[in-house]
Amino acid sequence: MIKPIERLYNGIIKENPTFVLMLGMCPTLAVTTSATNGLGMGLSTCAVLMMSNLIISLLRKFIPDRVRMPAYIVIVATFVTVVELLMQAYVRPLYNALGLFIPLIVVNCIILGRAEAYASKHPPLPSFFDGLGMGLGFTLALTLIGSFRELLGKGSVFGFDIMPKGFVPATVMIMAPGAFFVLAGLTALQNKLKLGKSKTEPPEKFCSGNCAGCMDASCSLGKKEDEEK
Amino acid sequence: MKTLNVSISPHIRTPKTTRSVMLDVIIALSPAMIFGFVYFGWRALLITAISVASCVAAEFVYEKLMKLPVTIGDLSAVVTGLILALSLYSTSPWWIPIIGGVFAILVVKMLFGGIGQNFMNPALTARCFLVLAFSSIMTTYPEVASVDAVSSATPLQLVKDGGTVSYAQMFIGNHPGSIGETSAIAILIGMAYLLIRRVITVKVPLSVVGSTAAFVALFTAIKGEPITLNFLTVHVLGGGLLAAAVFMATDYTTTPVTFWGQIIFGVAVGLFTAVIRCFGGMYEGISFAIILANLLTPIIEKVTYPKPFGVRGGGKK
Repeated sequence: MIKPIERLYNGIIKENPTFVLMLGMCPTLAVTTSATNGLGMGLSTCAVLMMSNLIISLLRKFIPDRVRMPAYIVIVATFVTVVELLMQAYVRPLYNALGLFIPLIVVNCIILGRAEAYASKHPPLPSFFDGLGMGLGFTLALTLIGSFRELLGKGSVFGFDIMPKGFVPATVMIMAPGAFFVLAGLTALQNKLKLGKSKTEPPEKFCSGNCAGCMDASCSLGKKEDEEK
Repeated sequence: MKTLNVSISPHIRTPKTTRSVMLDVIIALSPAMIFGFVYFGWRALLITAISVASCVAAEFVYEKLMKLPVTIGDLSAVVTGLILALSLYSTSPWWIPIIGGVFAILVVKMLFGGIGQNFMNPALTARCFLVLAFSSIMTTYPEVASVDAVSSATPLQLVKDGGTVSYAQMFIGNHPGSIGETSAIAILIGMAYLLIRRVITVKVPLSVVGSTAAFVALFTAIKGEPITLNFLTVHVLGGGLLAAAVFMATDYTTTPVTFWGQIIFGVAVGLFTAVIRCFGGMYEGISFAIILANLLTPIIEKVTYPKPFGVRGGGKK
């Protein structure tokens, strides 16, 4: 069971879709006006991502290479429709708040990106957990962004007022510019935390570790591996 | 016979430094500031002091934390703080200039690389941020007790609702408004000083003011409303247009350096201002117009890049 945990860690921390891969920026910036909206968007994307990764991985040997994109879209769209109808039935306020962005999950680049980069090449179980990890990473990021924006823009988090009485909310934070400020701030913060963690390595060694596809001749990482061979 | 020295460029030097230019700007700002202090009282002084202090402190703290050379000695943070205060109202709460100053220096200036690297005017972007963030506070004008027959509306609001404003009032500046924007005469003194010291050229202020007046007249004519001389004068002198055209649209970093570039920039500012004033919900609009035009600066410079002597055929590569 090492693989699933590794996939979860990869999705949530190491390759967080929002803060590291910078994918799915459109819903990230548009719907995170409150913590609840961010959480709802993140979880619905997560559900779609898990199921689509699983099905695409199961069907990966049957889907011809030439029509893989349409095939992925059909699979993703199926699950998006399921999620959309479920949300319309059971969480109507959230459904109304997210609006157009639920159907747009179909073209979310995290989902198509994971299908193309991972699920189409790996067995079902790791693919499922890859989807779960990525989805949870996305959920975490959106909830964090939503919380900060709601806190600064309305003085509340998840609808609970937590700021002192004299606090004047900065409306700009729940408008479009606020999304950019908070996203940039949180991305910088997580970069700082990650840089701080790996103090043993020199800070410029932040590549994917894929030395075969690397063009940097000055990098000593690849040379070391060659010597070991 | 004396030997000739062969030296590398630059061969032409100037005694001007960033510090001396910024000092000139501060001197030029002082008439408008002093008028603001006298007219709006001690609170205007307090707001200005907080604004300048927070700008300088933000720059100092950031550079210390990032282990960069400390550049507060070049006075550019002081100018940012003064210009920000100039565009605030004296009734603002004390924390408004702090947030504005920190935002201007930290987000707009330092994060993009410090002086000379920011792509928008820091003070104006901070003002726009404050307007969007705290719109109710930022649109509350001070009631002026010392002058009779002045309502709480600024001249621009008055004319938008169909009123008139006396010329003398606009020239002297005894009407509600931001701390440093009301007195046309004080701003013109500052402009004259900057022109004499050759810190700015007349191109940008003139094209901003001229094109704003022209476009406002044009749009008002399109809307089929009457255009009077008083109406146009209020648009030029009654709001922040003059102060912004002289002190904010002439920022070195965020405006084009080419001759035609500066004029195109000024016309763009005028066009945006007129569009916002005539068709938008805001009374002012000049600060948004300038930061929008700031974004166009790289394109304008690319288009108006002068052709080197001797190059044929439109300078194509």
